[in-house]
Amino acid sequence: MKADFHIWRGDASGGKFEMYSTEVAEGMVVLDAVHQIQAEQANDLAVRWNCKAGKCGSCSAEVNGLPKLMCMTRLSELPLDKPVLLQPLKAFPLIKDLVTDVSWNYSVKKKIKKFKPRAPDAKDGTWRMYQQDIDRVQEFRKCIECFLCQDVCHVLREHQLYDRFIGPRFLVYTAALEMHPLDIEDRMDDLKKANGIGYCNITKCCTSVCPEDITITDNAIIPLKERVADRFYDPVKRLFRLFRSKKTIKS
Amino acid sequence: MSTYDTYDYDVLVIGAGGAGLRAAIEAAAHGVSVGLICKSLLGKAHTVMAEGGIAAALSNVDERDNWRVHFADTLRGGQYLNNWRMAELHAKEAPDRVRELEAWGALFDRTKDGRILQRNFGGHKYPRLAHVGDRTGLEMIRTLQDHGIHQGIDVHMECTIISLLKGGERIAGAFGYEREKGQFKLFRAKAIVIATGGIGRAYKITSNSWEYTGDGHALAYNAGAELMDMEFVQFHPTGMVWPPSVRGILVTEGVRGEGGILLNNAHQRFMFEAIPELYKQQTADNEEEGWRYTQGDKQAKRPPELLTRDHVARCIVREIKEGRGSPHNGVFLDISWIKSKIPHAADYIKKKLPSMYHQFKKLADIDITNEPMEVGPTTHYMMGGIRVDADTQMSTVPGLFAAGEAAAGLHGANRLGGNSLSDLLVFGKRAGEHAARFAAANWPATIDEREVNSIARQVLEPFERTTGENPFQLQYDLQEVMQDLVGIVRKEDELLQAMDELQKLQARYGQVKVVGNREYNNGWHTALDLQNLLTVSEAITRAAIERKESRGAHFREDYPKKDEQTGNCNLIIVKGKGGEMLVKRETLTAMRPDLIQIIDEMK
Repeated sequence: MKADFHIWRGDASGGKFEMYSTEVAEGMVVLDAVHQIQAEQANDLAVRWNCKAGKCGSCSAEVNGLPKLMCMTRLSELPLDKPVLLQPLKAFPLIKDLVTDVSWNYSVKKKIKKFKPRAPDAKDGTWRMYQQDIDRVQEFRKCIECFLCQDVCHVLREHQLYDRFIGPRFLVYTAALEMHPLDIEDRMDDLKKANGIGYCNITKCCTSVCPEDITITDNAIIPLKERVADRFYDPVKRLFRLFRSKKTIKS
Repeated sequence: MSTYDTYDYDVLVIGAGGAGLRAAIEAAAHGVSVGLICKSLLGKAHTVMAEGGIAAALSNVDERDNWRVHFADTLRGGQYLNNWRMAELHAKEAPDRVRELEAWGALFDRTKDGRILQRNFGGHKYPRLAHVGDRTGLEMIRTLQDHGIHQGIDVHMECTIISLLKGGERIAGAFGYEREKGQFKLFRAKAIVIATGGIGRAYKITSNSWEYTGDGHALAYNAGAELMDMEFVQFHPTGMVWPPSVRGILVTEGVRGEGGILLNNAHQRFMFEAIPELYKQQTADNEEEGWRYTQGDKQAKRPPELLTRDHVARCIVREIKEGRGSPHNGVFLDISWIKSKIPHAADYIKKKLPSMYHQFKKLADIDITNEPMEVGPTTHYMMGGIRVDADTQMSTVPGLFAAGEAAAGLHGANRLGGNSLSDLLVFGKRAGEHAARFAAANWPATIDEREVNSIARQVLEPFERTTGENPFQLQYDLQEVMQDLVGIVRKEDELLQAMDELQKLQARYGQVKVVGNREYNNGWHTALDLQNLLTVSEAITRAAIERKESRGAHFREDYPKKDEQTGNCNLIIVKGKGGEMLVKRETLTAMRPDLIQIIDEMK
């Protein structure tokens, strides 16, 4: 059986959709079809991929308008009676064809204060941590940095507030650090100001596209918002904090 | 004349998986300037795919474990061809490297008393693998990445090195291109660490991504360094086999560590047949004992599913060949059967093997908590690589270091699962440290600009051809040859035929044609990687011809036994004066008496 693919071809200076028709077989994913087209019809078609198993988060693109990992999207999930529409992520500058410049994400991460553990407190010079205390952080650490959540977030996608908002991926990253049982750094001020957590109005688009099923909004962003609110908008706690260390407030 | 940007570093690290990142972090900690080359984006290297865990004798789960047992296990698994000094350093230093990851933010699964949990794995006597469900590699690379970006390391993402450059005998730099615009980059460096990983793309059925084209092996070989043990390619016993498009994707050994069993189409646990002599003492007598082992019974011996990968892979091939395979030419791997043993088995499986559950559900419509998986061997890992000094990781070229999968020595004829992640950490750190020391002690060597220009001209040639070979087709054809003729079961006439085929492919490579321009052109990248694939394929084949015995991952149908007369050696591959590939035999160095004693005690 043959299927048709409408693939965006072009670079920053412009481009258009090109139609490709290729043979499809049982079990194929979108990335297989793209590779087949690349090998047989368009050797210079630009596509980014690595593991082909949903673990590296490289092959993010928009499939029929929805942000997806191409390696985990089976053709059987798509209506093949009309062409499959393949476009690059919209929230990032285009490099070529299906490949975008996601370097902004890397510079954002670098600006977030790094992990800072408390001094080891077990006799053997390490720490003790219990599974129930790390479960929620392990959920955030499943993130494969595919940036689909960044792509779908309207603060970035529609409003382009790249200089004021770090996006869901880095709110999850911050949550993983803030809720890490060993971490003693304080990122609340940055979250409120430079990192713009207030721009998120919890529409949960990010959660709905996460290929790792991380409950981004409920488990990461909302608790962070509560911490920021506690810190900056609760007058009693503000007064209280004058007399107490940060460590108590964090937990 | 080609144009290129020039960068100067004390230490240049090529490759940004576990070994490269660890090397870069260590070099930076020694106060030298460090450049780090990633073929892909940062954090996407193949380390991310590692599932099962990091082998380190922390003895958190079984207090009988210590570095001596780990050392002995590693050598037994490697059929005693390992560099014993590397195996010693690895076993001794791995625990500290794991604890260091925790200090950098990694969150491993925990024991009940709050320490790092460890799981069972093939060939390891005690539960030894620190892990995070079945996504340990992701945890490791993310921890190194998130720590590394704050160490002042200069990261060059989506950049590929085409050639190393020497000044006299010493390493002087590297030349490559960035993918986005296809522009050239020249890196001048006093020391270089190669951490480019493996060669898996030389085979059709592989768990490796597009990046693993033996770049580091070929770069070092062409720069005059020696390669070693190239005949030992690890075929992981359990890759997915159905549907065809996912063939080769890894199914973690952790499935078997958690109690998963291998069955043929007659529902027999075939692994109980033909247990190798070396492991008879350590293997369960019956299914019940095997199950108890996976559940932490310290009196029980391990089930045969947890024998070494080379052996399990061959048993699977045997079942398929003799008509006892599954419908899609594999065998069955069943974890769902533990329902009959423990309550809430489905939840347990999802918690312990989340990405396996997800992978099969999504890609094969299989619910592994309910039905068996179909699996078969997939090309996974290169035991061989650049020959290095055990302590410093320096190759035979001064200033050129190697670590991780690209380096040889630690694993001998077969690698134990979990020993790769620990290898990356232990020897990544060592390579970074010694590269930094080398850089601090030496002036930069001089680079010949004419050489740079000539390389640049050469790599642009495929654009000038109006007719010629499709690089993707050529890669497929190469993969077919290696899969069919230099695979799990080898024999002389097929290996010789492979040599012929490789020569023909080399000739066709001279006619490879690239369409389009230099901007993010996957066709061009594939074409350039092909030369490296051809070089490593030739090295594997030549070494496989030379080793006329069966040992570890290298199985010769025409010489099915181990040969103590000719086999106790390492095979060295080196480029001859006329550019021809030479194979030399190197006898093993005598092991230190205290280490021999450990081996004897652990027999």
